Amino acid sequence: MSYIYLYPKWIRLWHLLNGLLFIILIITGLSMQYTNKEDNIFLVGFARAVKWHNIAAILLTINYIVFVTGNVITKNFRFYKIERKNFLSDLISQFLYYSRGMFRGEKHPFPVTENRKFNPLQKFTYFMAMYVAMPLLIISGIGLMFPEITVNRFFDVSGLILTDLLHVIMGFLLSVFMLIHIYTCTLGSTPGSLFRSMLSGYHESDEH
Amino acid sequence: MTLTVYRFCLVVFFLLPSGISGSEPDHETDPAKDSSLYQSPFFEDNERCFKCHGQNTYSYTNENLGREVKAIMFSERVIPRGKFYESNHKSFSCTDCHSSDYTKFPHPGELRMEQMYNCIDCHGNDEKFAKFHFEEIEKEYQESVHYQYEEVGFSCWKCHDPHTYKISIRNSSNLKETILYDNNICLNCHADYSHFQLLSDKKEINIVAKHDWLPNQESHFKSVRCIECHTKVNDSILVAHRVKPVEYAVKGCNECHSQNSLLMSSLYKFQSREQRADGFLNGVILNQSYVIGANRNEYLNLIGLLIFLAVAGVIVIHISFRIIKKRK
Repeated sequence: MSYIYLYPKWIRLWHLLNGLLFIILIITGLSMQYTNKEDNIFLVGFARAVKWHNIAAILLTINYIVFVTGNVITKNFRFYKIERKNFLSDLISQFLYYSRGMFRGEKHPFPVTENRKFNPLQKFTYFMAMYVAMPLLIISGIGLMFPEITVNRFFDVSGLILTDLLHVIMGFLLSVFMLIHIYTCTLGSTPGSLFRSMLSGYHESDEH
Repeated sequence: MTLTVYRFCLVVFFLLPSGISGSEPDHETDPAKDSSLYQSPFFEDNERCFKCHGQNTYSYTNENLGREVKAIMFSERVIPRGKFYESNHKSFSCTDCHSSDYTKFPHPGELRMEQMYNCIDCHGNDEKFAKFHFEEIEKEYQESVHYQYEEVGFSCWKCHDPHTYKISIRNSSNLKETILYDNNICLNCHADYSHFQLLSDKKEINIVAKHDWLPNQESHFKSVRCIECHTKVNDSILVAHRVKPVEYAVKGCNECHSQNSLLMSSLYKFQSREQRADGFLNGVILNQSYVIGANRNEYLNLIGLLIFLAVAGVIVIHISFRIIKKRK
């Protein structure tokens, strides 16, 4: 078993906070969207949901700014750079590893190294999540938090409903991403190794 | 030309002998100058009153002084022509409701004690107005908190000025304007202490401070009427009139922000009869505004659920394969 220090303290802290805030946002977001007059044990009351959704959203936005700034300052962004060369074939080979190769005992096609924190599939999904979906989620969220700045009508449809649709769709896609992300984190050298890595900072690998 | 001659005759025969004349009417709201406005059959008759009551000032000849005197019209007695000829009662002659003795000037003092009609006096038990359910409205009013002030002068007119009132929610193409119009009816007393004091000895209410618990207060004030929360919904009439005591006002967010939104039986009741069927629950709300929790798209819900189940299914299958492999 070898250990590579891949997750500095600020990333671990950001990641933990991001995860916790996202869970709060999912619960409160669902509560607002599916609230009904009858009480539901799975949902938070509307007033409380609005309050906590707003607080968590503001904190998430600040946390996101920290993430982007940190990536620029520390050059962590290099891990997210998607290689144009063999882009599709790399994605397919990683996908095939998860769906077939790992059950046949094949070696990981893109093992983790000091210069390669993410495999091509991770790079692509993380990039889409953090640099496409998150900004759209935050911008549409700001539009809903301050409805007076949102375009009133867009092609005869309420600007707020379009903003809400974008927000809900992005929120949903990121929730699905989170579910998959948590599951794929059990695919380390042991089911708990990657979770331990995000606490200790050291990636555990048995392929070296 | 004929109209000009007629108006000239009117001035000569009606106004000059009595020695009174109003200031120049506001041409922007003068129906005679605007062909888009309603042309009343009683226009000339009504001008006898509007000459003085149509604007803030009027003038008359004081025979004792032997000169013309200009005076300010008491604001409560000013009836803007434009608003009258846009109102529900635009086809009326002033003397349909007021004594014909008002055509004399100075007006006889005893007319101040004139008994005023209420809505139900004309509209009650009349087939022509059956669809408005005035009897039910009257019943609701008698059960409302406003009714207790009838002894000190509360009546239908406190909210629905008979000279300017117009139905706004029916056939409204702009709900925001309707909301503003309807809320101003309430604010006329509840945000103007001089009017409020006429009926109540209570302290002045600060509407904004009283509603500081409401998130996005400004949006709420612009998007819903006061009566959404402050009246009890009655399915048989379009606009609820049973104003509840303040402690019974709706304060639960999900009364409106839910699939069975209260707004569907109040603000959107009229429009909801022709509900849009494009996959949106409470789709009619989308025509004018957006209410979190009330607007839900059935297709998006279904697609979302299917995607979630598919992802969960793939994860379960993947876990199963991992367990099988480990056992081998």
